Amino acid sequence: MIKHRHQIIIVGAGIAGLVAALEAAQTGNDVAVVSKVFPTHSHSVAAQGGTAAALGNMEPDSWEWHFYDTVKGSHFLGDQDAQALFCKEAIETAYFLEHIGVPFSRTEDGRILQRHFGGHYSESGKGAPVRRTCLAADRIGQAILYTLFGQCLRFKVKFYSEFLVTHILLQDEGCSGVMAWDIVHGEMHTFQGKLTLLATGGCSRLFNISTNSAINTGDGMGMTLAAGLPLEDMEFIQFHPTGLYPWGFLISEGVRGEGGYLLNQNAERFMKVYAPDKLELAPRDIVSRAIQREIEAGQSIEGKPYVYLDITHLPEQLIKEKLPQIREMALKFAGIDPKKQPIPVAPAAHYSMGGIPINIDCEVLADGKKVIVPRLFAAGECACVSIHGANRLGSNSTMECAVFGRRAGRRMAKIAKRLNFLPLPEGQIKEGLGEINALLNRSPKTSLAEVREALREGMTKNCGILREESCLRAQLELIHNLKTAYQGIGLKGIPNEYNLALQEAVELKHMLNLSKAIVQCALARKESRGAHYRTDFPTTDEKDWLRHTLVFMKEGEYELDYKPVVITKFEPEERRF
Amino acid sequence: MPGRDKRPYWQKYVLKCEATWVILDALEAIHKQDLSLTYRRTCGHGICGSCAVNINGRNQLACEKRVADLPHRIKIKPLPGFSIIRDLVVDLTPVYEHVEAIKPYLITTTKPPERERLQLPSERKKLDGLYECIFCGACTGACPTFWANQGFLGPTALIQACRLLMDSRDEAKEERKETLKTQPGLWQCRSIFNCVEACPKGLNPLKAIVALRKAILVD
Repeated sequence: MIKHRHQIIIVGAGIAGLVAALEAAQTGNDVAVVSKVFPTHSHSVAAQGGTAAALGNMEPDSWEWHFYDTVKGSHFLGDQDAQALFCKEAIETAYFLEHIGVPFSRTEDGRILQRHFGGHYSESGKGAPVRRTCLAADRIGQAILYTLFGQCLRFKVKFYSEFLVTHILLQDEGCSGVMAWDIVHGEMHTFQGKLTLLATGGCSRLFNISTNSAINTGDGMGMTLAAGLPLEDMEFIQFHPTGLYPWGFLISEGVRGEGGYLLNQNAERFMKVYAPDKLELAPRDIVSRAIQREIEAGQSIEGKPYVYLDITHLPEQLIKEKLPQIREMALKFAGIDPKKQPIPVAPAAHYSMGGIPINIDCEVLADGKKVIVPRLFAAGECACVSIHGANRLGSNSTMECAVFGRRAGRRMAKIAKRLNFLPLPEGQIKEGLGEINALLNRSPKTSLAEVREALREGMTKNCGILREESCLRAQLELIHNLKTAYQGIGLKGIPNEYNLALQEAVELKHMLNLSKAIVQCALARKESRGAHYRTDFPTTDEKDWLRHTLVFMKEGEYELDYKPVVITKFEPEERRF
Repeated sequence: MPGRDKRPYWQKYVLKCEATWVILDALEAIHKQDLSLTYRRTCGHGICGSCAVNINGRNQLACEKRVADLPHRIKIKPLPGFSIIRDLVVDLTPVYEHVEAIKPYLITTTKPPERERLQLPSERKKLDGLYECIFCGACTGACPTFWANQGFLGPTALIQACRLLMDSRDEAKEERKETLKTQPGLWQCRSIFNCVEACPKGLNPLKAIVALRKAILVD
């Protein structure tokens, strides 16, 4: 086993991981980024429409308005101390991103161009929609990620690409590092660090129709659960309203922000029924449910489960300049020129609002409330601070990664120097290695792909946009059976070098554990709020359910706990759009 | 696989493809049956740049090439010009090293303003056709000059160099030009156009190379 040692170990090379790495490396720290893919393949690259900050470049705006919208968008489940801090720091963070080289689109006088996105208004929800989303055509993720990657190279961040982190090494004194499988050479390594940051992204690949990359299997969340630590608000999974049918590829909210309509089979803008005021620019949970309702009412196109996203009325020049990637995808995959024909779209699993509970310095919380796990940090989609509560506003995610990745980097840089390395827990390492070797040496009895596909189909069907008790219970039963089937997965005879199947088998273990956590949380929450909609409990229950869920895994069984929501300014109100 | 097999060989798979499938779907279908088959894939819709392979003689993204647009017999090879790790996975280290060599980051020495640095739309437009490069390696893997000399910077790195040199905010233009003058790259390109043909994003690395030459010679 090959051993590495760096002051700061960052797991994941998306926006959160790279911002943190850059921030820590700039102050002279020895930083290593361990990622299961080459950094520019990280899923952040797929972000399209833009990143939110109340710069006010197009019309007056303020962080307080952004704050109100984020609170209301979160269906009052976000923690308002964190939300206020986020909206304030988003502004300086947007300028920071510009200063390091992000190729933002520009206004006529050379400032960062901003566009409309759902849920962003002026005057604390009372005014007109405000252009708050900073764009780089429809490629914000690529623009930010490549800029960060370049700057990290400049500041000599050490990259370990195609290393699959399999276990967090955790003892009483805190986290001492991670174990990771070198995918290319097929062998285990240990990474000893004074401090470890998990920036491992989301888990929307738990669902069979998803906007996410194949790598978004929730590894960091799964490892956290397996280490006996809690996850927060896992029942809240965002379904993006417009995935390209039938694949689910992301069609940015920026398309509706630029003036796109949603149409049913009668060419009606059906959003007027569901959100008479804000129409297509209502928050995502509302638009996704509206599309699902249209599909279930037989109003979808040609009896198939999709509706139309229509931009044929927009000028061709605008489509080419501001939505070039969308146009390319529609042409390449669906064979459709969006100037001439509407785009077929349906909701697709997109984002996990919940995750590893952290405080505003990104320190992981052992009880989910106050007790800090020494030397372990988390940021980005895998974490829950909680900005997004029950529903995330479009363009807040890339900014969350940047704001909190930066905070994590700074915090780690500040404390790394006064710490020593912890010894690695040899017993845990032996156990982890045994787990991998067991998979490699077992003869297959069950098909890895069949277990995974059954899980993903079940999650969409039983724990998707509309949920009810009987379906959730059926999903628990299914997961129980699939966990048994998982024991029959074997990889004997496959070369260790670039063993894709091994990566998939490790991911599937996390997916099974994580799905069960999500379903348990969803089953317990007997109300509807944001992205979590129970047809058997269709109303929001502020009296009993204005609280965060915490889930722990103990010897395969799950325990739930709850904690209050932090309210500093806005009391819950009825959420109308 | 190098080191395990005496020489490279073709493996034939017969499968029924659906109308919507791209090559990546076909690979995934094969992988379900034959877990040992290996390839790179991440986003699945043409933005991450991980799945470039050679399909019937052309370098392209497996996730974008529709099976329906190809004949019934499809030959999929790893990207040419790179050493093979296993099956369709190649070692792209040369591309990444070249990208690193051209300093792929904005360099500024003046203190930034409190707000954004201003950049007019006309200045920003100079980055279009350059910043969209996804480092997939399809162009470099199609370049005969690179095949002959792995030290040649190659189109992936050069288009990136052009993106930075053209950025109105960058304050290290002379330093960049010096780097380009001394590295094997700019002057070794023989204008073969393979890179232009290979780019899955419709970019033109050759145009970038010409722009760089012009910047160094004229400006």
